[in-house]
Amino acid sequence: MLTRDQAADIFSRIRKYATADEVECLFYGGHSALTRFANNTIHQNVAEENYGVSVRTVFGGRTARATTNKFDDDSLKNVVGASESLAKVQEPDADLLPVPDPGEAGQDAIAGRGLAAHAGEGARATPAHSAQSLPSRHFDETARLTPAQRADAVGKIVSIAQKQKLTAAGIFSSSESVEGIFNSRGLSAWHTQTSAEISITMLAADSSGWQKANSPNVANLNAEALAQIAAEKAVKSAGPREIAPGKYTVILEPAAVLDTVGFAFFDFGGLAILDQRSFLNNRIGTKLFGQNISIWDDVSHPLQSGSPFDGEGVARQRVHLVEGGVVKQLVYARATAEKMKKSEYAGKVGPIGPTGHGFPIPNEMGEAPMNIVFESVRDPKTIEQMIAGTERGILVTRLWYIREVDPYEKILTGMTRDGTFLIENGKVVCGLRNFRFNQSLIDMLSNVEEMSPPVRTSGEESFDMVVPAMKVKDFNFTEVTKF
Amino acid sequence: MKDLASSALDTATQQGASYADVRVIDERSRALATKNGKIGNASDARSQGFNVRVLVNGAWGFASSADMGPKAIEATAGRAVEIAKASAKVKQSDVQLVPEKPATADWTTPHQIDPFTISIEQNLALLQKIDADLRSVRGVTLAETNLNFRREEQWFYSSEGADIHQTKYTTGAGYVAYAFAGSEIQKRSYPNSFGGQWQNKGYELIDELKLVENARRIGEEAVALHSADQCPQGVFDIILESSQLGLQIHESVGHPIELDRVLGMEANFAGTSFLTLDKLRTLKYGSDLVNVVADARQEHGPGLGTFAFDDEGVPAQCTPIISSGLFTGYLSSRETAALIGLQRSGGTLRAENWNRLPIIRMTNISILPGEKPLTLEQLIASTDHGILFQTNRSWSIDDKRYNFQFGTEIGWEIKNGKRIRMLKNPSYSGITTEFWNSMDAICSRDEWTLWGTPNCGKGQPQQVMGTGHGASPARFRKVKVGSAYKGT
Repeated sequence: MLTRDQAADIFSRIRKYATADEVECLFYGGHSALTRFANNTIHQNVAEENYGVSVRTVFGGRTARATTNKFDDDSLKNVVGASESLAKVQEPDADLLPVPDPGEAGQDAIAGRGLAAHAGEGARATPAHSAQSLPSRHFDETARLTPAQRADAVGKIVSIAQKQKLTAAGIFSSSESVEGIFNSRGLSAWHTQTSAEISITMLAADSSGWQKANSPNVANLNAEALAQIAAEKAVKSAGPREIAPGKYTVILEPAAVLDTVGFAFFDFGGLAILDQRSFLNNRIGTKLFGQNISIWDDVSHPLQSGSPFDGEGVARQRVHLVEGGVVKQLVYARATAEKMKKSEYAGKVGPIGPTGHGFPIPNEMGEAPMNIVFESVRDPKTIEQMIAGTERGILVTRLWYIREVDPYEKILTGMTRDGTFLIENGKVVCGLRNFRFNQSLIDMLSNVEEMSPPVRTSGEESFDMVVPAMKVKDFNFTEVTKF
Repeated sequence: MKDLASSALDTATQQGASYADVRVIDERSRALATKNGKIGNASDARSQGFNVRVLVNGAWGFASSADMGPKAIEATAGRAVEIAKASAKVKQSDVQLVPEKPATADWTTPHQIDPFTISIEQNLALLQKIDADLRSVRGVTLAETNLNFRREEQWFYSSEGADIHQTKYTTGAGYVAYAFAGSEIQKRSYPNSFGGQWQNKGYELIDELKLVENARRIGEEAVALHSADQCPQGVFDIILESSQLGLQIHESVGHPIELDRVLGMEANFAGTSFLTLDKLRTLKYGSDLVNVVADARQEHGPGLGTFAFDDEGVPAQCTPIISSGLFTGYLSSRETAALIGLQRSGGTLRAENWNRLPIIRMTNISILPGEKPLTLEQLIASTDHGILFQTNRSWSIDDKRYNFQFGTEIGWEIKNGKRIRMLKNPSYSGITTEFWNSMDAICSRDEWTLWGTPNCGKGQPQQVMGTGHGASPARFRKVKVGSAYKGT
């Protein structure tokens, strides 16, 4: 693994070769492996090791980035040259800020002495009201996982499939990664992390079931338990019935929630408002969702993962995005915060200040919250309790191929998949043919009747989050497919 | 590179591999983008690495590394063998490969201008000019432009004796105008969405696209959409202009014909396919006018799916996929061809980069133009009442590739052979085979464009691939329109 000291050495060589006013280097990479299976066979099995450095140079407000995965002297000279050539030919950008120094970036917070304050209290980080240090996200057992160990776990999954005359498909992956940043004003930050993931699809003749989980710690994953649930879904949804599309009460399992709400969060950045491409334009401070919807961005949450700093090395702050259905705050990169303060929106968007959510510069998106945590409601229900309390509805395991139909009303379309069930009189009665939905996310989050406790969830259409299952009324299914 | 490969192949075979191949890749890319007059992205990237793919005990292993030193080469080959041995613990049968004569070749994408020889100043001046023209239209609230270039040099060697060197160039360019007003965000893209038009070609593509000439019109259309009528809901005859038809092909033909998907190998991620093996040469996929090919050959055009050899050394080929409406072919590899009794691979195994396993990907999946002369204007003139859909905005399909829904940026209602009004938020939906069987007209060669989709995602770990789709505008009868807004 690339170490912090090795990265520091590479940075010092890059600085030697650079003629720019400022230099910033992002380091990334690691080793990863993935065992993939289908038809009860491991059919693909891969491993990779790669590290890269991304060099940004600045000449009087002009900046550009060049990247290489080679660290010999010639390659570093070339990457510095490429960055500087690109940077020098541009027009100066008046909004470009100098790279941050350690104090401005809140490096004390990154060092674990407490997270930064709520957004809006200025660029400098101050200790949080409830100081939390980032839980360790590196686990040796995960880093050392071998192909044979992954194969053994897959063997157990396949055994469960074969016992129930099903076909198993899925993946078991593991990785160890690094992420770091150094700049010419003395900032340096480093983060190492492991990750493991298991995803299983169980297929029967005319039905299927699915489960997925990931964690920085492989010990948190139970392959056999996931396989049993997926198998049960496949068996119970066999011989699916077709019912007419329309508006239904649905119980969305956490992955289905994640994959839909994920389409909201790239609109929660300051630059999205300034660009007028956010569904939150003219809506911040208004009650957009139901009273029971409260959402945070919180990298330090024990069920979250990822590094504690952003693309400029600024400490990620805990931000209360939505409270009681009201969109309260946005996230900001440093430059976006400055621009917002001077804009026509300044008094209308809640607190403004760097929150440590910026993407590496230059970029077109600005910033976005990437560590979403839904707040638990006062009286959470389990999925079983939600089912028991539903007279007629549909239980949805996951939603798939979700795309945005309308960017301002946030109408999304997609399909149900891998375990869709009819609920009648408090019981799951049969499997159903899959539906297409066309649903406004704003309406969906205004129609949530019940929620489970939030759990760490992984899907396919969005990044991992801590989200609950949701019982939603009037969910709009517009068509039925043939299976 | 040959020494690197020899070392890896020797290590692999000495440790028990019955087959091994090595790919070494040196990739360079440049991305430039502006946003409302400022630089949104200015980056240059270089990535080099290699991978080793082996068959041991009848199962696959694959390992890759950016470290190309002698010790790393041996270690990576050894890792691939270790992984294959682990794979062999969970298998139902041994992997077989159909034969392929190992080739020795050297090929480069035909191009006139190496895009990396064009100065950054010239690139940025073009983008700034387009940006200025877009924002000169009152009501345009956000203007985005982009230029992208890629050069991939690949060396492929196999334990069977293949020795293939290919250099591919890719060029892409486009722009988007957004107009936000009231409670709507409307947009117009040119020449296409997904970052514009992309081909395996040099910088000469940029002049062909007439980017500056169309900027103002695109800005005006984005604004005009706000005062356009909402697309009606109902059943209509529809015309898809060629870029939208290209994406229709991608989703409802290109993906379901991937043989690995048909055989269940993608079940956990993108799903399976309704094109079960019994449907080959029996299913009426489309009307008699529907002729689709998978053609990676240079003579098909400079598509993103054009190459000389695929990533397991199989030469580029043309496979008929739909012939006068009958389903006639899959996209195959050496392994999947063997599974269904084909004599030869169709040559569609491709990988995004050195750190990804090659898997079956679309090449250029194109609908052949109509044989009788027919322009878009003539097609419109022959339509009593219908809707013309232009430039994709949203796309979605189920995991067997039956039920789809598409939205486009703009539509036009046609009545008595004339465009009578602009429509906003147009969408249409259907079932794949019913839709293709409703095609009753397709324009001829003069209206045919080989579009590039640069961002097709597939596989685990996921990888992105460029695919080509040639299409002329075509008409489809009695299609469900407007369902995206039904009930919302």
